[in-house]
Amino acid sequence: MCGIVGLFLKDRSLEPRLGEMLTAMLITMTDRGPDSAGIAIYGGETVGRSKMTVQSDDPETALADLASKLQDAAGGTVNVTVKSTHAVLDIPAGSTGKVRAALNEMGIRIMSVGDSLEIYKEVGLPKNVAAQFELAKMSGTHGIGHTRMATESAVTTMGAHPFNTGADQCLVHNGSLSNHNSLRRKLRREGIHIETENDTEVGAAYLTWKMQNGATLGEALESSLQDLDGFFTFVVGTKDGFGVVRDPIACKPAVMAETDQYVAFGSEYRALVDLPGIETARVWEPEPATVYFWSHNDTPTATEKAA
Amino acid sequence: MQTIDLSKVGLRETNKMLQAQSADTNQTSWEIVNPRGSHAIACGLDAPIEVTIKGSTGYYSAGMNQQATVNIHGSAGPGTGENIMSGKIVIEGDASQYLGATGQGGLIVVKGNASSRCGISMKGVNIVVQGNIGHMSAFMGQSGNLVVCGDAGDALGDSCYEARFFVRGKVKSLGADCIKKEMREEHITLLQSLLDEAGIDADPSEFSRYGSARQLYNFHVDNAGAY
Repeated sequence: MCGIVGLFLKDRSLEPRLGEMLTAMLITMTDRGPDSAGIAIYGGETVGRSKMTVQSDDPETALADLASKLQDAAGGTVNVTVKSTHAVLDIPAGSTGKVRAALNEMGIRIMSVGDSLEIYKEVGLPKNVAAQFELAKMSGTHGIGHTRMATESAVTTMGAHPFNTGADQCLVHNGSLSNHNSLRRKLRREGIHIETENDTEVGAAYLTWKMQNGATLGEALESSLQDLDGFFTFVVGTKDGFGVVRDPIACKPAVMAETDQYVAFGSEYRALVDLPGIETARVWEPEPATVYFWSHNDTPTATEKAA
Repeated sequence: MQTIDLSKVGLRETNKMLQAQSADTNQTSWEIVNPRGSHAIACGLDAPIEVTIKGSTGYYSAGMNQQATVNIHGSAGPGTGENIMSGKIVIEGDASQYLGATGQGGLIVVKGNASSRCGISMKGVNIVVQGNIGHMSAFMGQSGNLVVCGDAGDALGDSCYEARFFVRGKVKSLGADCIKKEMREEHITLLQSLLDEAGIDADPSEFSRYGSARQLYNFHVDNAGAY
């Protein structure tokens, strides 16, 4: 069992409250996943700059002076905002590859890469994780969150969700994949980096691999219905919105709500009860084996929205 | 009318109060406000009382119900009315998956749609859905009736025994050993009475009947009385 929440704002006036709303939804899902929690938030982008979220178990040493340590690799100014065990790096656009190599050498973990995306995740009760990173104070256009009750692998930071699947893309999962060992071996042979024994990380790596080979996110999700064996409700975050797909059996719960102000996802209706106007919202369950997307971009390109 | 604010009274106290009602209670009408999608609201009732839940519910509302009428003025979460023995559950909105699972008696009415596995392993309950139902509904259904005024999803009645299914709209696919059957006069009469009891206005002659082909399990006509 795990809990998933997602919130995509249509009404820009709610953007300053995204973190607060998403945090309340996340904490409601504590019963479904008390052992770790994570959130992916799309806080907007700056032209000419990219973002990375990094993590260290020893932040005081590892994250100190990170800006100056990374300046050469980045080839320009690096701004670092430390939040507990995580730090958000603001780096020149196009320097991601070199900064990634430098971070790998320093043994600093990379949680997310993109222009807008930030991922925070740690072991602990969702309310503690939310407080640790002051998630309620964050603003943004959309975000997804996850509370984990581990079934397939250890309770660790890297086993927590969301998983970064590509630039500005991430994945959260409720369920369990049963062919993750063979798929992990296959993906590693294809040169895809997979760090843990976690089943969802394999799901995320699968999407990354598909997209590296030319598939759109929508196509990658469609083919996941064929290639992933097991139970899943996936929510994927994209730069402009989010997507939802459930396996054909669809035993993992999913509820959506839509109003003029937002589209929201919850593993249970409970997670949605405090959203404004929920009483009159359109509330429904997404159909099995069907890929859904919501996007801020009215004319999304193939990579942004492809379902 | 007794009104309980679930957000103030709490689930355990609320259920305790409802479960304490006896057959001759004077407090026959109850209203629960602020359900906020909570789990197991009005579970295990066993008295002729009427409970109205003003809002949407989470997992397992009105589970194991006996005698009571439970109205849900909203949508209902997974496993609502699980193992219902008797009484009635009326859901004004949609019902999530495995509605009325293993139900042994009583009636469940859904004014909206029901999700997957509706009536899974039903053992005598009657379920009437005004909208559509999802995939794998009435899987291993043993007895009782499932009435669907809209469409049915994939694999209706897979591996069913002697439960009956009446569908007005399309059936996406039939499950293993489930077949379309002749709609005889006795079935029209039965269906009319179920629709009447559910308070749904529909013409029984527009429905098709489905049930077991009796090829998958060892059906002996001598045992027909057991169902």
